[in-house]
Amino acid sequence: MTLWDIPWLEIAIAVALLGAVGIGLFRQPARAFGWGLGFTSATLACAILAALGYELGPDTAGKLWNVQTHLLGRQVFAIDELSAPLIPLVALLHFLTALATGRTKMRRFSLYWSLASVAIRLAIFSCKEPWLLIGLLAVETVPPYVELHNRHQPTRVYVLHMALYVGMLVLGWAFVDPTSGHRTPTTWATVPLLAAVLIRCGTVPAHCWVTDWFEHASFGNGLLFVTPLVGVYAAVRLVLPIAPDWVLTSIGTFSLVTAVYAAGMAVVQKDARRFFAYLFLSHSSLVLVGLELHTATSLTGALALWISVPLSLAGFGLTLRALEARFGRLALADYHGLYDHAPALAVCFVLTGLASVGFPGTLGFVATDLLVAGAVEANRYVGLAVVVATAINGISIVRAYFLLFTGARHHSTVSLQIGLRERLAILTLAAVILGGGLFPQMGLLSRSIAAIELLEQRESRGLPTPPDFLARTADVSPRGAN
Amino acid sequence: MIDHKTLITALGLLVIGTPVALLCVLGVVSLLERRLSEATTGRACQAAIIPGLLAAVGILVLMLAHGERYEPIPLGEWVIPPLDYHFSFKLVFDRLSVPFAILSFLLCGTISAFTTRYLHRERGYNRFFVLYALFLVGMVLTSLAGTIETLFAGWEMVGLSSALLVAYFQERPAPVRNGLWVWVVYRVSDAALLLAAIVLHHWIGGGDFARVLGAGSWPEGSTALSAGHALAVGLLLVLAAAGKSALVPFSGWLPRAMEGPTPSSAIFYGALSVHLGAFLLLRFSPILEASTVLAAVVVVLGLATAVYAYLAGSVQTDVKAALSFASLLQVGLIVAEIGLGLRYIPLIHALGNACLRTLQFIRAPTLLHDYHLLENAIGDHFQPSAGPLGRLRPGRFRKWVYRFALERGYLDSFLTNYVVAPFVGVFRWFDAAERRWTDFLAGRPSRESDRVRPSLMQVEELP
Repeated sequence: MTLWDIPWLEIAIAVALLGAVGIGLFRQPARAFGWGLGFTSATLACAILAALGYELGPDTAGKLWNVQTHLLGRQVFAIDELSAPLIPLVALLHFLTALATGRTKMRRFSLYWSLASVAIRLAIFSCKEPWLLIGLLAVETVPPYVELHNRHQPTRVYVLHMALYVGMLVLGWAFVDPTSGHRTPTTWATVPLLAAVLIRCGTVPAHCWVTDWFEHASFGNGLLFVTPLVGVYAAVRLVLPIAPDWVLTSIGTFSLVTAVYAAGMAVVQKDARRFFAYLFLSHSSLVLVGLELHTATSLTGALALWISVPLSLAGFGLTLRALEARFGRLALADYHGLYDHAPALAVCFVLTGLASVGFPGTLGFVATDLLVAGAVEANRYVGLAVVVATAINGISIVRAYFLLFTGARHHSTVSLQIGLRERLAILTLAAVILGGGLFPQMGLLSRSIAAIELLEQRESRGLPTPPDFLARTADVSPRGAN
Repeated sequence: MIDHKTLITALGLLVIGTPVALLCVLGVVSLLERRLSEATTGRACQAAIIPGLLAAVGILVLMLAHGERYEPIPLGEWVIPPLDYHFSFKLVFDRLSVPFAILSFLLCGTISAFTTRYLHRERGYNRFFVLYALFLVGMVLTSLAGTIETLFAGWEMVGLSSALLVAYFQERPAPVRNGLWVWVVYRVSDAALLLAAIVLHHWIGGGDFARVLGAGSWPEGSTALSAGHALAVGLLLVLAAAGKSALVPFSGWLPRAMEGPTPSSAIFYGALSVHLGAFLLLRFSPILEASTVLAAVVVVLGLATAVYAYLAGSVQTDVKAALSFASLLQVGLIVAEIGLGLRYIPLIHALGNACLRTLQFIRAPTLLHDYHLLENAIGDHFQPSAGPLGRLRPGRFRKWVYRFALERGYLDSFLTNYVVAPFVGVFRWFDAAERRWTDFLAGRPSRESDRVRPSLMQVEELP
């Protein structure tokens, strides 16, 4: 037996669930937080091993301990090329968010719900069975509702959108005939699925729940609910393999409008959280744009962006959260002059923000470049719009930096320096962003293979694929194809 | 025995490696919130710049000695096929890049030595040098780029460091506002260059200059693009150059950039980055040659900028602003020379202008002292001349010209009123509409952020 025969994915999910149940028993917040952090880090370790096991170990079917087959009779959760980096990414985001939570926020950031959510998200990102996936996507919307309810915040906007989202998912998939083979699903199936994806991704005009969510949720949970881009995953698993061209074009068009619209809205926001919400919407829409252009280059770019955007925006969000923990809700209407109190946060703010728009040397650079190249290849006006969106996002990030960190120096009676755990979280993210930016080849190769797998799925249903797709498959064989 | 190719490669790596090492050291120290002493920072700059400069000069000597005019140093592909997309990292040493690299090291070295005294005990001393190191890496990378991706990477670094340095005196709102203005213009410029890069990839199949501009060494070479394609790509490149070199209609950022400390004004906006647009046009000169319309656009743009800079510069009362317009006047002429098909003259013109402006800028803080010395030496007072504007006949035209010059050609007002204001107005309208929509859905005022107006002092004192 080798290290890779151990079912690390299942263990990661189990550890997170066990942790959620376990820390619910603690009454002291500090103690519960310590244990919760331990469980979150153990989940991260298992998730990393699961991803490594996929790359280095035997196929799932070849593992000595195949827990799912013993318990359920079939393999329900499994890692593939698409989800291999997403699994540790989700766990990392939860770990860093928990790590960067200050003592004063321990009561507000519930590790109980965070651990439950990470278990659900790990299950989502490893699930390929459509109905089970839809069920998990529905369950994933519950913890945020509980959070809003527990905090006595208004829930109507969130509930309306999520109910519509889940309803559309169920309705759409009910009309998809799994035995249809090569036939394209009917409009009754594709339109609800299209609507569901657009709602969950916060595409205009169904985007208001995202800004409302950031208004009322705690920043940490707000980040964790949106940054893994679960809606994009739903699009990839449920829509992309079966959707006819017009559906993809519709998603692409809505996403493109959202990318530019949200970028413009981010520039005029006067509240830091709303600014972040729009910035996120613009970026997540760019990922969708790349997915729906269905060329191999744009798809690879979008999948690469799917890694860089969550990481960089999570870092950006955690920096804002650290500032909020010290100074309260931050208005972007005046200069705050916070640089001297937290220069590391200022550096991290610029670094993560610019990484999200593809600044050279960062994780997003090659991904953004690939996305723009793919967009120009598909349609030059789409390429132009993508560049405009990224340019405006760059402007809004530096504007926010100036408003938060410059201006007359803020005088404080207490030290506002960042703590050790926050520093560790920030440095980890900085290392990942810069490391991934300087050595992008390995990650891009994996995204390229994942893109080809997705295009193969479309091809197997007789749906159109890019003309140069077949030539490329000769060079890159997806895992297990030999 | 090491052959000269190997030696050039080693020296080339030193040229790019030393600024990168400086940036790594200063950047990591900043990220860890550690503080190097002023003396250590100064020594680190010297340790990076002197070997870099010597290596660049060494390459020049080796190339002259062996009659080489083109030395590429491929540093590998960042993105390796099977993707169609190529991202290669390559340096090129030729008659354009070597002088610019040497100029960058020379002027940055001078400014580094000047700044260690000029910013002594300033609160932002370390911040200045981190941005300075980023700028140096960007300049060297842009100068030596052998592919458009490499050039774009350096171009963005120069832009970011420049904008943040304009806002160096960050406790005052004016420098910060001006820094943001500069950044906005640079983003437009960056977007144009990125699009040009991608379009070149799309049409030619790669961003390697040897492929895009032909195998001949600069300024020879020819592009494989048709006249129509050359015009399209060329216009994007001209837009990128206009933003970076403050050509009309983006000239308004240049005097705003003078809010930064004198060393950064001298080196960035007066000497180096203001010439990057001209450098870009020189690098892509085969594309200009492929389209007469494009060349004509470049000439008109250059001359318009020169006239504008002359008029605006004539009425400046602040020495740094006057110098910036003087520099811009020369940049306009350099751009016009490039459009007219000249190659070596604009290169020499740019190098000379950069050196002269650096000297003038770093003498600017002691201008009055210099005047006193001169007046004492000649034993009389200087009589300010009226200048050509003063010799215009009194009347409506003279008033119009004066108003035009004082308002700096209304360029900033134009951009503010017809670009920024409508943009902000439209999105504020959407914001208000969204507020009404979410209020309707929530059945109550939905924006917590409207109600929360915390005083920073109160919040931080909370337990």
